[in-house]
Amino acid sequence: MEHTIKSKKEPLIHITKRDAMPLWKAILIRVIAVVIALAVSALLVMVLTKKNPGQVFTAMFNGSFQTPRKILNMLQDVAMLLCISLAVTPAFKMKFWNIGAEGQVLMGALASATLMYKLGNTGIPNGVLIPLMFIGSILMGMIWAIIPAIFKAVWNTNETLFTLMMNYVAMQIIQICIATWATSGSGVMGVINSMNEAGWLPQIFGTKYLLNIIFVALLTVFVFIYLKFSKHGYEIAVVGESENTARYIGINVKKVILRTMALSGALCGFAGFLLVSGASHTITKELAGGMGFTAIMVSWLAKFNPAIMVGTSFLLVFLDKGASSIAMECRLSESIGEIITGIIIFFIIGCEFFIRYKINFRSSNKEVAK
Amino acid sequence: MENVAIELRGISKRFGRIQANKNVNLTLYHGEILSLLGENGSGKTTLMNMISGIYFPDEGHIFINGEEVVIKSPKDAFDNGIGMIHQHFKLVDVFTATENILLGLEEKGRFDVKAATKKVEELCNKYGFILDPNKKIYEMSVSEKQTVEIIKVLYRGANILILDEPTAVLTPQEARKLFDIMRKMKEDGKAIIIITHKLHEVLSVSDRVTVLRKGETIGSVPTSEATVESLTEMMVGKKVALNIDRIDPVDPKERLVVEGLNCINREGVKVLSDISFKALSGEILGIAGIAGSGQRELLEAIAGLQHINQGAITYIDPASGANKSLTDMTPMQIRALGVRLSFVPEDRLGMGLVGNMDLVDNMMLRSYSKGHSLFLQKKEPSDLAKHIVEELEVVTPNIQTPVRRLSGGNVQKVLVGREISSSPTVLMVAYPVRGLDINSSYLIYRLLNEQKKLGAAIIFVGEDLDVLVELCDRIMVLGGGHITGVVDARTTTKEEIGYLMTKSNGGEH
Repeated sequence: MEHTIKSKKEPLIHITKRDAMPLWKAILIRVIAVVIALAVSALLVMVLTKKNPGQVFTAMFNGSFQTPRKILNMLQDVAMLLCISLAVTPAFKMKFWNIGAEGQVLMGALASATLMYKLGNTGIPNGVLIPLMFIGSILMGMIWAIIPAIFKAVWNTNETLFTLMMNYVAMQIIQICIATWATSGSGVMGVINSMNEAGWLPQIFGTKYLLNIIFVALLTVFVFIYLKFSKHGYEIAVVGESENTARYIGINVKKVILRTMALSGALCGFAGFLLVSGASHTITKELAGGMGFTAIMVSWLAKFNPAIMVGTSFLLVFLDKGASSIAMECRLSESIGEIITGIIIFFIIGCEFFIRYKINFRSSNKEVAK
Repeated sequence: MENVAIELRGISKRFGRIQANKNVNLTLYHGEILSLLGENGSGKTTLMNMISGIYFPDEGHIFINGEEVVIKSPKDAFDNGIGMIHQHFKLVDVFTATENILLGLEEKGRFDVKAATKKVEELCNKYGFILDPNKKIYEMSVSEKQTVEIIKVLYRGANILILDEPTAVLTPQEARKLFDIMRKMKEDGKAIIIITHKLHEVLSVSDRVTVLRKGETIGSVPTSEATVESLTEMMVGKKVALNIDRIDPVDPKERLVVEGLNCINREGVKVLSDISFKALSGEILGIAGIAGSGQRELLEAIAGLQHINQGAITYIDPASGANKSLTDMTPMQIRALGVRLSFVPEDRLGMGLVGNMDLVDNMMLRSYSKGHSLFLQKKEPSDLAKHIVEELEVVTPNIQTPVRRLSGGNVQKVLVGREISSSPTVLMVAYPVRGLDINSSYLIYRLLNEQKKLGAAIIFVGEDLDVLVELCDRIMVLGGGHITGVVDARTTTKEEIGYLMTKSNGGEH
């Protein structure tokens, strides 16, 4: 016969889905991923900068742990990032892609800053002012989140675009306020009430930020319980998994969307309150510093589990601080730190593939057909 | 043998811990129709997916026309003359039949649509298809869409055709037409594999039957030597009683009265017109009709999920005899009225259950809102889950397994089990045995009969007319959103129902 079928080989590799993997194995794979990531980074550092990788990694570690002060700063950053991540998580679990956390945090911060600025010199006691700021921030964050939620629930608009654009509106509003309030048109708002510390969260045990950290720790427990054990949390999960099922069992989907976004926005507003009242005591449009977006990654990496989010937000803050520390201590450009961060995140996310899938290689000695 | 179209030797495939196929052997000759038979999860679809390039076997060899081949992708399968017609059609709605057929072909320059249309028409004439090549998919009936899928693979020169449950969506008349076409293709020398659950179809259309059980080949027999009983025994591994009991309704009373129901769906299309009927207690009311004739909308309107434009639904309380209006109520309001209405929807994992949640959380769907506590009560749903797993023999590692990991039959047992656990007074089921194997199907019929005995009014939307005729007391036929007839199931014939099914939507479709 002239006609021959092209002789084809079995493919070299083919990929199959795994069954559930035992926990220790999954953890082992993740640990291996980090080790490989560090090894690759070390190699790269040696080749590119001719520096001792040990020195570079020490610098990285120092970024977060060198002095008690640095540790405290690191913990504050972790707390703030975690707080915003906790805020976006209920919405994400509902598959409502709220990427407007940045704007919701800023509006919350603005509410606090406004009250501090306007009432700071009226002699109002902190015992009244701080609760006022707390309520104001939560309300503003809530309003900023519930606007896109109403549009989604009633007209089914795209929440991703809507919440994203709300961020820019928030930034511009802050810009206007600063331009109006700042003295001599410098365009920068100084520390508010630096004389009488009105509206400043008190330091407990003489430690800055400690109150912030405690608040966020409590919030973590609250969100964990809310999502896992409350009826509201269950409704959020059902709406997120399947709106049809939610309708079928009689959940009012619109109500759940509005309620959950109100909560998400309120928690963002709370983060804004902590940033202004408990940390910076001023307002800029960079106050949230992109944490509203990083929080999305924190939440996803932890698969929306608040307990794991403690770890993922620590990881991201540690890497970020490490990157600038490498630049400072080793007199290298900031990029080398960012390259290392990138390599580590790449390996951590990449190893999930090996947890879910198995790679089969072509067996070299195939058995003969019977 | 010269005439072998495709031969599989020692094919194995695992998914994680599950062995989907184990050392399967299968031979298909040219000019032959082979039925592939097996219960759910016996590995039929996996096996066919390996021939059509969707999965790659872990072990084993595939020979086509006597030569070993390696099929790595659907394209390889096409190159080897294999075409699969899937259960779920993969067509572009806004394209015409011809455009869909051309889609994905690699031709240089522009497609010659005219020449293609001509070729499609030739294929139609050759095998007896009835199809307008210039009709858009969204204007087509299900059976026309299926025709497009079949012509698509023939157009590509397929000699080996695999049809995965092709009759699940057809009326008896349409199914018979399809079988005529299959026979013509067979005479033309094509080799055909048909996957089906309906044994009478196996017997009427195929030449040989190959049976799979738990991923392994049990054997092949010529159809002429097979009977429904012998095939069932091969499939299940033991003898199964294949008769559905039908008890006479005891003291039937009006339970649900639907009057002049009219519904318009979200796209503005009228889906139900002037529907009036009564469902009686202790009776199974069957609803027959071609898929999409308004069955889903009717059940959803009763369950409070479909807006009602006109008409009334009244529930007569069995305890007090009081009339309660269910017209345009939400599911929550219906429950608040104390009406125990259960509903097993057609879309099990997309509506009745949440695939990613475990058995306990799925049990909770119906009951979670009970009580005033802010927190969830897990004890009761967990007990219910255990009870259902035991009672209905659900195969699952444990009750913490996400239901999407269960096989189709077990998913349905979980759903039906939950719905009947509230001892419903009205029980609505839509296609409850679709995709289920014989054992599970008969279990479902038994459960429905138990509820009937307990006095529930049961509304059963089905597609297998043999089952409708055997199980129901009365059968209401829907066509294009109208009631085209109500017949007594004890005296009617399949032909009569089939005629009513096509009666009103012949011209409108």
